[in-house]
Amino acid sequence: MNFNIEVNGKTIQVRKGDTILVALFRNGIKVPTLCSMKGLSPTGACRICVVEVEGVSGLVTSCSNVVEDGMKINTHSPRVVKARKTLLELLLSNHPDDCLYCERNGDCELQNLSVELNIRERRISGRKIRHKLDLSSPGVVRDPAKCILCGRCIRVCDEIQSVSTLEFTGRGSKTHVGTTMNRDLNFSTCIACGQCVMVCPTGALHEHSNIDEVQDSISNKSLTTIVQYAPAVTVSLAETFGLKPGKDINGLIVSALRKIGFKYVFDTSFAADLAIMEAATELNERINLGVNLPVLSSCCPAWVRYIEQFYPELLPNLSTTKSPQQIMGAIIKSYFANEAKINHGNIYSVSIMPCLAKKNESQRVEMTSKGVFDVDVVLSTRELVRLIKLNGIDLDNIEPQQADSPFGIRSSAGKLFAASGGTTEGIMRTLHFLRTGKEMTSPKINELRLVTSVKEVSIAMGKELVNVTVVSGLTDIEKLIATVKEGKSNAHFIEVMACSGGCISGGGQPFGAVEKEAKARARSLYEIDDVETIKVAHKNAQVQEIYDKQLEKPGSEKAKKLLHAKYLKGKSLE
Amino acid sequence: MVEKILQKYSHAGRDSLIPILQEIQDSIGYLSEESIEMLSTHLNLASSKIYGLATFYNQFRFKAKGKCHIQVCHGTACHLLGAVTIIEQIEKQLLVKVGQTTRNGNFSLEVVSCMGACAHSPVIQVNGVFRSHLTEATFKELLEELIETYRTVNK
Repeated sequence: MNFNIEVNGKTIQVRKGDTILVALFRNGIKVPTLCSMKGLSPTGACRICVVEVEGVSGLVTSCSNVVEDGMKINTHSPRVVKARKTLLELLLSNHPDDCLYCERNGDCELQNLSVELNIRERRISGRKIRHKLDLSSPGVVRDPAKCILCGRCIRVCDEIQSVSTLEFTGRGSKTHVGTTMNRDLNFSTCIACGQCVMVCPTGALHEHSNIDEVQDSISNKSLTTIVQYAPAVTVSLAETFGLKPGKDINGLIVSALRKIGFKYVFDTSFAADLAIMEAATELNERINLGVNLPVLSSCCPAWVRYIEQFYPELLPNLSTTKSPQQIMGAIIKSYFANEAKINHGNIYSVSIMPCLAKKNESQRVEMTSKGVFDVDVVLSTRELVRLIKLNGIDLDNIEPQQADSPFGIRSSAGKLFAASGGTTEGIMRTLHFLRTGKEMTSPKINELRLVTSVKEVSIAMGKELVNVTVVSGLTDIEKLIATVKEGKSNAHFIEVMACSGGCISGGGQPFGAVEKEAKARARSLYEIDDVETIKVAHKNAQVQEIYDKQLEKPGSEKAKKLLHAKYLKGKSLE
Repeated sequence: MVEKILQKYSHAGRDSLIPILQEIQDSIGYLSEESIEMLSTHLNLASSKIYGLATFYNQFRFKAKGKCHIQVCHGTACHLLGAVTIIEQIEKQLLVKVGQTTRNGNFSLEVVSCMGACAHSPVIQVNGVFRSHLTEATFKELLEELIETYRTVNK
């Protein structure tokens, strides 16, 4: 039902049940917000979105109040503007004045809002609360001194990710965002998905930056610095360089990475092909034997951590195949080191990922061989952007290049890992070949490409059906896990990506990207798949070569040693 | 002990959170990490939510009490008669902070809003025993006595 309300003297039509904020937004009227976020429940915590409603004595938060018939609203009356300004000044009163050195400098919602509301001096000086910087997690840094208590991180952690690591603790002026028993993040239930970093309007939550280490290793002549980049990275940073959102700039990134000084540049999609070979073989074996079904995907480290932490009883179901990043890391320091005759101790292996949990994954004990990390350091997509700018590389004036051999060829199946459903699509293409000896007539599985959080698809393989469930974002995960635990799930394979939409919306991606960008990124990946000639992992000649030369065949002892890992029950709180 | 309490609340929801927490604290003296974890599983509620709620209230503590548990009244009357000095002196001399327990487990200090004994202010409780009308001299004596007693306990 629609009715009319009056806003700033103009009559507009609104829908019954909409909040004032949504109604205004639909009519193109902008009200500043800080704590409000699409998809999260409104709380009215920051009160920046207040408006004046005729007949109501106080100002009303537009995010948490619904429109009523005949309402007369003023969004920018002097009283409202003054109140907003004072509110923001109060938020800033105990904020550290270190914007110049802040991680979010130039990309901070609080900073932008201060500009918008024309705040030019510190009128109110509050007592600064001293908090310890939490550097415990390799992925996420927590700096509570910069927190404005908007509660976005708490809501995303609880409502979207179902992890609930963060919560308001304490009371009054001592309130802060903390974990159970105020543990540091790395010792909490945090899975390091990084979604809290994506929603934080300030620098209170940000990634653990590793740019300095990478720069140092590049300038260190005794090290051979090798870089790999994830499939999601190439389609995610075009807009930060003024190009069309979602545009695939694979060649430019390879070229830029060489200019930065990396000796070898490899595409992680190649390792994704290897992961497909291993995972499909593993899945095939388990289907044949009928054990530990459904197989749970293991390429998302945040998801792996989630299972370890909350449902260790399902660990036998987890695929033992390492994630593409770790597979690439392992073969760089073994196979490639032998081929190129480099001492594996002199290799510094960098990976560029759309993800913060990958930073945690690379530091896991399981991901080392003889005490040496398979991947030494992980940079997020955001850090890559900074690294490119730091090195003064102009993407407009460089020529696209190819990734290095022997890991330079990839199938489009490996590239699809970047989007939710893509991993399954890639694995199914190879599984079909393994089970029937034939290729799928149409490798494209449209049902897996829908933009929903849960997708259930049955795929015909000869006379039998293989059932898969694909989940992205952990909102509905508990229900799904319950059906698996009760034995009611008929799925053979369940792919879970902790971030909704998959890696293209990961916690390490450039800030400010919304649904539109995510869609453009996915579309770009599917276009790559459409034009690619090698659409299945088992037809990748370089994958065959590595099996012929070293690993024998998928699932062999040698492959298991290098490409598989055991995961353990999490020791932290539940 | 915590199991028994949880059994009693076998069909409880999150609305029983505060009474359960109170019972746990009554029985084991504080809210331990393990008890919060167990309660979290029992109520199917994230442990952070429980901890967040519990830290909101002054009544809950997260560390075991010391052998000597001191409660200082900080009501209006006691405040006027020097509760702040009392707290400061205890912190300084017994090396314990408000809400904390010393590492050797001897002393713990808690500040309570009002003990309802305003006529006897300033008042403190040592292991449940009231010490009232404290003056500089009697308080000094008391502290020396406590230090002496618990030094020998430690030996």
